[in-house]
Amino acid sequence: MLDALVSMKNPSGTPEVDTEELLMLEDLRNGLRRFAGARSNLIPILQMIQERYQYLSPAGMKLVAAHLNISTVEVYGVASFYNQFRFHPPGRHQIQVCMGTACHVRAADVILENFERKLGVKEGQTTPDREFSLERVACVGCCALAPVAVVDREVQAGMQPSKVEGILLGFQIEKDRLDREKQNRGSDSSETAGT
Amino acid sequence: MATCGLAAGAGETRKAFTETLAERNIEAAVIPVGCLGHCYAEPLVVIHTPDYPPLCFHNVSPGKAKILVKSFLEEGDPLVEFLYGAMEPNELLPSVMDFPRFSLEKRIVLEHCGHFDPEDLFQYLLTGGYAGLVKALTRSRSEVVEEVVLSGLRGRGGAGFPTGIKWRLATEAENENRVIICNADEGDPGAYMDRTILESNPHQLLEGLVIGAYAVGAEQAVVYIRSEYPLAVRRIRDAIRQAEEAGLLGQAVLGTPIHLEVLVFQGSGAFVCGEETALIQSIEGLRGMPKARPPYPVEKGLWGKPTVVNNVKTLSCVPAIFRNDAAWFRQVGTTASPGTAIFSVVGNVVHPGLVEIPMGTTLRTLIFDICGGVPGQKKFKAVQIGGPSGGCLPESFLDTPVDFDSLIQAGAMMGSGGMVIMDENACMVDVARYFLEFTQSESCGKCTFCRIGTRHLLIILDRITKGLGTLEDLETLETLAADIKLGSLCGLGKTAPNPVLTSLKYFRDEYEAHVLEKRCPACACRELTAFYIDLEKCARGCDACVGCCPVEAIFTTSNRKKGIDAQKCVKCGECMVACPPEYDAVRKVSPPELAPVIERGKE
Repeated sequence: MLDALVSMKNPSGTPEVDTEELLMLEDLRNGLRRFAGARSNLIPILQMIQERYQYLSPAGMKLVAAHLNISTVEVYGVASFYNQFRFHPPGRHQIQVCMGTACHVRAADVILENFERKLGVKEGQTTPDREFSLERVACVGCCALAPVAVVDREVQAGMQPSKVEGILLGFQIEKDRLDREKQNRGSDSSETAGT
Repeated sequence: MATCGLAAGAGETRKAFTETLAERNIEAAVIPVGCLGHCYAEPLVVIHTPDYPPLCFHNVSPGKAKILVKSFLEEGDPLVEFLYGAMEPNELLPSVMDFPRFSLEKRIVLEHCGHFDPEDLFQYLLTGGYAGLVKALTRSRSEVVEEVVLSGLRGRGGAGFPTGIKWRLATEAENENRVIICNADEGDPGAYMDRTILESNPHQLLEGLVIGAYAVGAEQAVVYIRSEYPLAVRRIRDAIRQAEEAGLLGQAVLGTPIHLEVLVFQGSGAFVCGEETALIQSIEGLRGMPKARPPYPVEKGLWGKPTVVNNVKTLSCVPAIFRNDAAWFRQVGTTASPGTAIFSVVGNVVHPGLVEIPMGTTLRTLIFDICGGVPGQKKFKAVQIGGPSGGCLPESFLDTPVDFDSLIQAGAMMGSGGMVIMDENACMVDVARYFLEFTQSESCGKCTFCRIGTRHLLIILDRITKGLGTLEDLETLETLAADIKLGSLCGLGKTAPNPVLTSLKYFRDEYEAHVLEKRCPACACRELTAFYIDLEKCARGCDACVGCCPVEAIFTTSNRKKGIDAQKCVKCGECMVACPPEYDAVRKVSPPELAPVIERGKE
């Protein structure tokens, strides 16, 4: 099955599965062994894939279909029905803005808009550098602290438009620091190599 | 230490306590507990010492935690300035029971929530846990069912179907191979009491589930829980494992020949899966689309077996009924709706959080006495009850008692218990539009009226909030809403038009203002609102608003005051917050034409 997927080509002639995905599929095939081939395992399997790789790839869904002996469209039909599943790889940092009722009456749309403006993407999209992805969620159940956003799985209470900037700035500072460290280490090692 | 406590910073507070205690060499146990429901005061800490009654401190930041350890635990000063109240009545210090937020509540389900470590089975046993199960197991199955019938317990998921009758129907089904499902798919935006119960007292739910399984003769149980609640999923999984190890679940429940296996199934974020037939489809690995009833799940449900589906709160009421008895349960609440109701009261209210009150308490007591009313001296406008299926009730309905039947009569419904309080700044048309946006995207698509009808309602409401609506649109809203109610199979479609219908009924003037005057009375619909700066009040040379504007829409006029470029303004309201209160110069008006035009200064 895996070999068949690898040899598949797009109409343009490029392989449909790249190396990054190939490694993932290999790993996924092992992961699937833990599940019996029963239909009722479909959603738990999809959840396992999403948990592990953050999204469902077309080739991955084909593997699942083969494992459960159902058609790929059926897998896609179920996956696309539920809000939980993503079909594109998300960014390194995931931002979810809560759009529950309590958050709505406390202007959650302004928060979402501010994220959109600052990141230059719309909700449901990922920035081109794959650093951030932005989503809206129905309710995370922290209504008393509205409006809230979930940033990298941590609930940020009492969001303000200005807090949006602060959060993104925090990531930028962290990234700059890491970059600097990497650079320093790079120059250190080259120095050691020189001596 | 439930999700909202953690979001409020309970993790750091706990760390500060353990670190400072270790630093100062003080012997004390730091016990993470569940949620007390007083979300406005989180993080809350209760300190037990030999010299004082248990004392509750509120909004405990890591800094406060350090001071508490030093001054209270080391030097013996109970720091009344940080104190919320004593947990028990005493001679020394005021008790929390002096506050209506505590004294007017009646806690059955939430009684022990927030008082013990939910991850510890032993601590649950100390609260009298599993005693209800022991009592139930000494009686026959039909006696257990009849006890619940007698108690008058009604399903807390929204519809209010008598639980005992549901159980009895399941026992009458021919197939002996039965299933019981706990519905913890709390999809209602604005409601989080199920999450709190799962996180703060998972064993109480399991106890109710085992009693239910015994009563209907089920050997399989499923807890269907939203994957958006990772902490709740983890706690219930741990609780099941502990209960299995202790012999409360599994092959021989408490040494009896009863066998019960409990599975956890994570829902994947579909609101419609709160409907029992859709939920069952979802467990079977299908798209969660409701099926026509009959056959009801109690006859033919999950994998074709007779299936009982009960809400988290319903099952969590059961242990208390057996620890006491049906008559005791009936003493609380009203005749038709015995017991308590749990609401998550949120939105524009002083003390938001979870409140458990006897059924029949009026909305006024709940909102104004218990939760402190609307903050900031603003006027109360409406209360939204029951989420996307419920309705908005205006001030004139504040004396409505909270129970299943009275709320339906008023045009709202109990729903799962979400209650959002709105002040004068909320626009009812916008709120209706918000709910329709939600139900429209959550409609599973099976019934045409629900699929296309809700979409049309949304388009019309969208038009009205942009000032493009007509009076005819209001008529269409009403007829279409009635048609959707008739032409839909499940609760989602049958109730989706409720927010529109109730807001049209009670706040028609607001709809008319949008349509006839192109004005949003609450200045909430952004297309119909403009921001401007009152030059009389604006302070020369102050730049507070300029820095906060995300789109650089604020400019300096020729006499060094500020103006807003209406073309650039995105109406986020940041400048209104940033403007120092002594100037208070930013204004909001609707319709936008009313905003004075301010000339830019010459460069």
